Amino acid sequence: MKKGWISYPYILWMIIFTIVPLLLVMYYGFTKTENGTTVLTPDNFIRVMEPTYLKVLWRSVLLALVSTVVCFIIGYPVAMILAGRDISRKSTLVLLFVIPMWMNFLLRTYAWMTLLDRKGLINTLLGALGLPQLNLLYTDFAVILGMVYNFLPFMVLPIYSVLRKIDRSLIEAAEDLGSDTVTVFRKVIFPLSLPGVVSGITMVFMPAVTTFIISKLLGGSQYMLIGNLIEDQFMRVYDWNFGSAVSIIMMLLILLSMGVMARYDKEGTGGGLF
Amino acid sequence: MKKRIASFAVLLLAVAVILTACGSPGTGKGDGSEKVVLNVFNWGDYMCDTVLEAFEKEYPHIKVNYETYTTNEDMYVKIKTGGSAYDVAFPSDYMIKRMIDEGLVKEINMDNIPNYKYIDDQFKNLSYDPDNKYSVPYLWGTVGILYNKTMVTEPVDSWSILWDEKYKKQIIMSDSERDSIGVTLKMLGYSMNTKNIDELEEAKQKMIEQKPLVLAYLVDEAKDMMVAESAAMAVVWSGDALIAMGENENLAYAIPKEGTNYWFDCMVIPSTSKHQKEAEIFINFLCDPEMSLRNVDYIGYATPNTETMKMLDPEVITNSTAYPDLNQLENCEIFEYPGDEVNKIYNRIWTEVKAN
Repeated sequence: MKKGWISYPYILWMIIFTIVPLLLVMYYGFTKTENGTTVLTPDNFIRVMEPTYLKVLWRSVLLALVSTVVCFIIGYPVAMILAGRDISRKSTLVLLFVIPMWMNFLLRTYAWMTLLDRKGLINTLLGALGLPQLNLLYTDFAVILGMVYNFLPFMVLPIYSVLRKIDRSLIEAAEDLGSDTVTVFRKVIFPLSLPGVVSGITMVFMPAVTTFIISKLLGGSQYMLIGNLIEDQFMRVYDWNFGSAVSIIMMLLILLSMGVMARYDKEGTGGGLF
Repeated sequence: MKKRIASFAVLLLAVAVILTACGSPGTGKGDGSEKVVLNVFNWGDYMCDTVLEAFEKEYPHIKVNYETYTTNEDMYVKIKTGGSAYDVAFPSDYMIKRMIDEGLVKEINMDNIPNYKYIDDQFKNLSYDPDNKYSVPYLWGTVGILYNKTMVTEPVDSWSILWDEKYKKQIIMSDSERDSIGVTLKMLGYSMNTKNIDELEEAKQKMIEQKPLVLAYLVDEAKDMMVAESAAMAVVWSGDALIAMGENENLAYAIPKEGTNYWFDCMVIPSTSKHQKEAEIFINFLCDPEMSLRNVDYIGYATPNTETMKMLDPEVITNSTAYPDLNQLENCEIFEYPGDEVNKIYNRIWTEVKAN
């Protein structure tokens, strides 16, 4: 009770910016307005279950999963390299890794547009080398590339911070007991780094599954993801009811994936992010 | 306990004050010299920068806060939900009708727009605003196909070329609902304003069928892609076509024989505007022949201003891309607002095509 007052601003903040909007979304999701009267209805959710929209949902999850896996495959070795270096060079490396994040997200994505364009830098280079030109921009590949590029640091940094804290003596003990490098990694380093991996996966998967700007810019509005569907309903079509229903489904999806991840992170040490 | 309630109340008050402060932009606060901030909401790439500069120079007490949108629908939702009070917006024909019907625009006092006399009579008393009470014409144009003559060798005279397998992944469709559905309806030989469910359903199937051939759905970026020769053809508005053709001589613009949409973008004053007087000054300024000329030179669309027409290079006027003869355009239609119920069907078709 005594320490209570310091939390008021936060409670207030949460009421205004989390609870109230959430209730509004629920309200819109379960109602519709016909001839001026608002009625309670499950129609919006029934509509989400139509094959067209399930396809959008599936596409979003699939692209997000692929980019999460790619981020992990690229990110884990990077985190190990960063964690393994001696102090002076390490900070420079980490800095180099973080600097692109200081730049505006949109700007970075626009930059990819000019690189991937049919007359862009990559195709010009390919042409100069006498290689066939590729259709890169406005494809699934471009969208995944955009996601991996933008979200990679969110995978690397949590793993890096966990790896750095691993007690060296545990590794030395394993080596003393005759483990080779592979066994040390498999039995000691990797299990100890799991919390970082878990939070890395959540931090990449969540923005990836909800993104709408990457798929819009690099997918040419062609590969509609769930984020685009929601954006369209709110910003263009003015069907807030359907948009809210889709948002609720997406929230459930994220909740579900977080639940699954939590099973693998029993100690709750996942960087303490969620 | 009392103390807790009191501190809570103070916090609530503080938040309320902050929120109201944030919630009212553009009410002329700040740098001492009580400037009126005029919130102008226009299409992307739709006004020459020098016009805004000239306006602020001539009317030093008004500061223009300029924002842009991509499609009529984007603009409608922002004005309808009323987040910020815009003072001038530039909707097209069918959207003007919808906004008038829903009471989203104010009557304009034409006495304050003396330059209205320059507007050609053929742009007055049109169906969307029969008594010219709410809108002042800004620019007009058509929808057509911008294509690259080196990539498309056959004549471009039908919308059906957009369904030609040969041009797989070389076609850019418009990311604007009415335009993309409209050209599909025209291709099928129906009206762009149809309310017939079967015709609309057929158009939807056609658009889904076309999707694998489409490189991207774009609006403002389409002309850049065409200039860079990254696609063979694009569905664009005439002004974008002219600008692109000016930058790449391989490009040409065609209005297919099935007919197309010709449209009028007009200036309106949203009903949430708090600066009607300044908004009217601004609208009048844009109708000034000299300012109108600068805009036309910069963005390529056709002007409804008779004085501006006289100042234009005669070659521009005989150029059929910019100034097609309205009487000779066969099968062409102005978009109409189909009513809320049918509009929902249009929305749904567009969502399903994009989602597919």
